[in-house]
Amino acid sequence: MFNATDILETIRMIDQENLDVRTITMGISLLSCADADIARSCTKVYDKITRLAERLVPVGEEIERTYGIPIINKRLSVTPVSMLAAVSGGDPVLYAKTLDRAAKAVGVNYVGGYSALVQKGFAAGERELIRSIPEALAETDQVCSSVNIGSTKAGINMDAVGLMGEVILEAAKRTADKNCMGAAKIVVFCNAPEDNPFMAGAFHGVGEPDCEINVGVSGPGAVRSALAKCPDGDLTEVSDVIKKTAFKITRMGQLVGTEASKRLGVPFGIVDLSLAPTPAVGDSVAHIIEEMGIEVCGAHGTTAALALLNDAVKKGGVMASSHVGGLSGAFIPVSEDAGMIEAARSRDLSIEKLEAMTAVCSVGLDMIVIPGDTPASTISAIIADEAAIGMVNSKTTAVRVIPAIGRQAGEELEFGGLFGSGPIMALHNDRSSEKFIRRGGRIPAPMQSLKN
Amino acid sequence: MKAVVTVIGRDTVGILARVASVCAEHNANILDVTQSVLSEMFTMIMVLDISDLNDSFSALQNALDKLGADIGMKILTMHEDIFNSMHRI
Repeated sequence: MFNATDILETIRMIDQENLDVRTITMGISLLSCADADIARSCTKVYDKITRLAERLVPVGEEIERTYGIPIINKRLSVTPVSMLAAVSGGDPVLYAKTLDRAAKAVGVNYVGGYSALVQKGFAAGERELIRSIPEALAETDQVCSSVNIGSTKAGINMDAVGLMGEVILEAAKRTADKNCMGAAKIVVFCNAPEDNPFMAGAFHGVGEPDCEINVGVSGPGAVRSALAKCPDGDLTEVSDVIKKTAFKITRMGQLVGTEASKRLGVPFGIVDLSLAPTPAVGDSVAHIIEEMGIEVCGAHGTTAALALLNDAVKKGGVMASSHVGGLSGAFIPVSEDAGMIEAARSRDLSIEKLEAMTAVCSVGLDMIVIPGDTPASTISAIIADEAAIGMVNSKTTAVRVIPAIGRQAGEELEFGGLFGSGPIMALHNDRSSEKFIRRGGRIPAPMQSLKN
Repeated sequence: MKAVVTVIGRDTVGILARVASVCAEHNANILDVTQSVLSEMFTMIMVLDISDLNDSFSALQNALDKLGADIGMKILTMHEDIFNSMHRI
């Protein structure tokens, strides 16, 4: 019937190794809410979200209870709001406030989708929406924003890259009294996935159904602990251990996703096979890398170890789920990972090494606190570098940096909760990239885009 | 439909009997029990048939949680599907 070892393994993974389902995210299309009158449009948005997501939180809690699996977050992702703003015109911040109210009414902790997709250029409403992001994030609590500025197919919209440097700086300034949290809720993407359940970059793409359930799993602690039992194995064995653990973790996510979809009467979208760390001790991606034999995350060999980890997580997870999507890979958000925080504090982990690491794992420069006096053009240049890695390698990359207004490298910002705390990391140098950014225009799509 | 009850804690007299009586009160049929005591640490895994409960599954979970708190043991009551999905292909 049941094997006692298996049962105790599951319980240990949940109880001691922080295994959990990180998020159930309901994706909701707002295209049916578009209206030429912005007030009417906002009313429709509020009504649709509160109708479809009314039972999301209680159903999530029921599933947690039945299976004994913690589900940390219940969230919403919506159609990029720029599309609604294009129809209605008016002040897009009204949409942000509506989303915030709806999120609070249904009890989710974040709603993502204050977004625009501008990889090839700005359509109606998109420039206005992007410019309004700092205000929207300063005046709401639960809204998250993302902007896709590049793709392998379209190249990189350098006008948007230039604009985003300013927007991030402004968002940090407007929330300087709240640890610059505004900037922590903006993700700048290249090749953004349209079904990502993870914040702050979640939005509901136009190719998605009217409503669906996407699930993001976690489990760095479980992977590390499995590796600890294989102290002398070679790297082929290490990869096998990670695959087996990732399989189990993902099956749990698949179970939660299908069950939530059944109970809510909403189609199941995808499982995002990501190893998402938290600041809790024992739930760190950096510590997995260190378990493999790298003394401190950031030392030479870190990129290779991360590449192995990322690949093994996908290989283990892909068979465990009927549909895989989202970001699917290991996350390396500095302030949200106890091991990365330590490595950044001791200056063993630098922003250059993080950039290299983003070439082999999911996402990109994530939750990195930078000095508050960093010029907007330098932030844009960081975004451009990261987008170039994503564009050329046909993968998702992203930038979520937080300029710590009024503070310098070596100090710390404390966000609290899942956002953790971050030592302010020094940038590569203080040389200017301003002229390059000011040129604007588009970086043409690379040869990799011509696959037909 | 089955559920798995796992009881972990310091060994004392009557643990099995008390868990079993809560199960009986809720009309959960005990299908299988394995237990081990290793250096005074008691671990028991009990498989229940929960198809004919006289109340909801969460009522049974609450009752067993309460018992766990009363006797100072950790009692986890989980639906079988979590173990099926994680450990079976």
